[in-house]
Amino acid sequence: MAFAEPKEAFPGQVVPVTIGSEIQETFGGENTLPFHKFEGSVPNRPLIAYEIQDVPPEDWPETVRKVYEGVSDDPVKWARYCEDELKARSIALRLVGTHPDSKNLSADDAATVVKGVLDAVKVPIIIMGSNHVEKDAEVLPRVAEVAKGRNCIIGKAQEKNYKTIAAAAMANDHKLIAMSELDINLSKQLNILLTQMGFSREKIITDPMCSALGYGLEYTYSVMERIRLAALAQNDEVMQPPMLGDVGMYVWKIKETQAPEDVLPEWGSLEERGILWEAMTATSLMLAGAELLIMRHPRAVEYTERFIDELM
Amino acid sequence: MALTGVEIFKLLPKTNCKKCGFPTCLAFAMKLAQRQASLDACPDVSEEAKKILGEASAPPIRPITFGTGEKAVKMGEETVLFRHEKKFVNPNAFVLEIKDTEDDATVDSKLNDVLTSEINRVGQLLRIDGICITNESGDAGKLQSLAERIAQKAPEVAVMVNTENPDAADAALKPFSGKNPILYGITEANAEKMVEIAKANKAIAGIKAQGLEAAAALTEKVKGLGLEDIVIDSGARTASEILEHNTYIRRAALKKNFKPLGYPVINFVQRDEPMYEALVAGLGVCKYASIVVMSSAEKWKNLALFTLRQNIYTDPQVPMQVEQKIYKIGEPTPDSPLLITTNFSLTYFIVSGEVENSKVPAYLAVMDCEGLSVLTAWAAGKFTGSKIANFIKESGIENEIKHRELIIPGYVAILSGAIEEKLEGWKVTVGPREANALPAFLRQKVA
Repeated sequence: MAFAEPKEAFPGQVVPVTIGSEIQETFGGENTLPFHKFEGSVPNRPLIAYEIQDVPPEDWPETVRKVYEGVSDDPVKWARYCEDELKARSIALRLVGTHPDSKNLSADDAATVVKGVLDAVKVPIIIMGSNHVEKDAEVLPRVAEVAKGRNCIIGKAQEKNYKTIAAAAMANDHKLIAMSELDINLSKQLNILLTQMGFSREKIITDPMCSALGYGLEYTYSVMERIRLAALAQNDEVMQPPMLGDVGMYVWKIKETQAPEDVLPEWGSLEERGILWEAMTATSLMLAGAELLIMRHPRAVEYTERFIDELM
Repeated sequence: MALTGVEIFKLLPKTNCKKCGFPTCLAFAMKLAQRQASLDACPDVSEEAKKILGEASAPPIRPITFGTGEKAVKMGEETVLFRHEKKFVNPNAFVLEIKDTEDDATVDSKLNDVLTSEINRVGQLLRIDGICITNESGDAGKLQSLAERIAQKAPEVAVMVNTENPDAADAALKPFSGKNPILYGITEANAEKMVEIAKANKAIAGIKAQGLEAAAALTEKVKGLGLEDIVIDSGARTASEILEHNTYIRRAALKKNFKPLGYPVINFVQRDEPMYEALVAGLGVCKYASIVVMSSAEKWKNLALFTLRQNIYTDPQVPMQVEQKIYKIGEPTPDSPLLITTNFSLTYFIVSGEVENSKVPAYLAVMDCEGLSVLTAWAAGKFTGSKIANFIKESGIENEIKHRELIIPGYVAILSGAIEEKLEGWKVTVGPREANALPAFLRQKVA
């Protein structure tokens, strides 16, 4: 029996998204399954953004907190460190301090932080709220205005607050993260709602909700695979935006990245375990379709980039 | 691809003799197509029809068992390309490579890594499943003495012998004869001799090819020599080759019914750095490898890989459940708060994660609701006042805590009256609706 490569071509294509102004990065744009360059076109590599935040990362575990000692007390220093020392291709600023249960910082406080960071670095910036539905709807429109002209990604818009946030992203020419909770239908519905209000599908990044390795990764993995197949095989336009894996914040709060080796000797080195946990969550989700990843530990980013190199 | 009922019907005697227990040959053919009957039931079927139907009814990826006893690994029998379609069937084996050029101390240390690799995660025992002994030296005697050392020190571990030299293969396989070892290193050049040796030792044939076409030709050759238990190495070594070859092999077997590639796949992912090696091994786990050969087995690396394999091979149609019990988070004291939720694994992971985040030591009562989330379980009548009351009473938590306050999920606030009624002396507090509000809630509670 002669062997013929069972290649598959798809009618659909993932939307390529370009962010940033002076320095730009593009992700998405492929017309095939993740890294299937043997049967389709994969024009852009996934983009990894370093996560920083407006307040010191007191709840980050030691392994990753210590990397940013001396810079993480100030988001501007922190952003510069990522760009200059870590050679970040992109930076994701999370405004956790605006959460009512955190410091409850105001929209104006957030605007000051965002302005400071934007003035300090040139790489493309992702600006995210604290994931508090009402507060984000207050904070994100204000910071979207401050960031006008920088072609950022703003997020996350959810079913309960998308109107305000999407309007702000639209008015100030930003891209938008649309987040729903681990359900392909909810994800599709939110993208439809956004396009119905006039928001271009070419400016959406779908966040089907991340989960860490061992903590529901299989759900995110399969929702991503299903979204991607809908985009490619069924040529479903609303499912064609690239996808986000918001990896760092899900990984660095679980037990495997915190439990010391002397308590759980059978789990081995805490440092290596934590870093691998973040890298492996990222690489697995990339294999399922994520093109934009938000990560924390420089070594995890380094290994993930190397993995991308080997696949591209 | 499986034959349809009508295609099968054409191959049957069409006598409607009813000896098979079905009224007509067509009815029998339909049952055969649905795999609800066996061809053996027809006494008059021709040899030719048996051959055709036998091949058509064989699983598209041949089932193979590597090793023997409790720790044997089943491989193959996969039916889909994407895990949401249907459960991935047989989790891959992780195999640690030991070379015959390594000194005794290194060999023993690696053996020890394998023997102590077992971890219990969510009720499953996970481990490094096998050892690959590699004839790096090219010397038959060296491989033989390594084989003997391993057979003696790790008699229960599945072994794969890696050599292209028939003399070395013969000597090294002997200690594992009858234990379903793999003889890897069968090439176009040495196939005749190697297959003889594999057959003599009841070993699985591990073919070593360069490219998919060569792999297909070689499996046909090995099959022709009388050995059908085969595992394939297509020569893929880089991540990009592994993704391409594994995808084509799985597709060819499942979608094209291309028998020459319908066997489990071995991936060699050795890299200089264990952390990076783990990521390439993870590619094998996600993308269709049945055996992943690695150069190290650190505990932290094993934990991540075992967890990934468990996640990928979970049945997507059966909600993953955690055990019903009272979980301690942090180091709770008799005054620590007690919360309750259901045993859907995702619910458990999210709630326990947020409780951990709060840094407030607490008891988390996880109740068996057949793997449903809180609202679904409530709607299905599995998370009710009386059931919760029974669970709390029977759990024995009353002996561990001083207070009598139960925190319930905000979504089922409606249950508080019913629980208080059934659970005498207890006070029910309604917690937040979403888990991410738990840290603030708990911190305020103990402040």
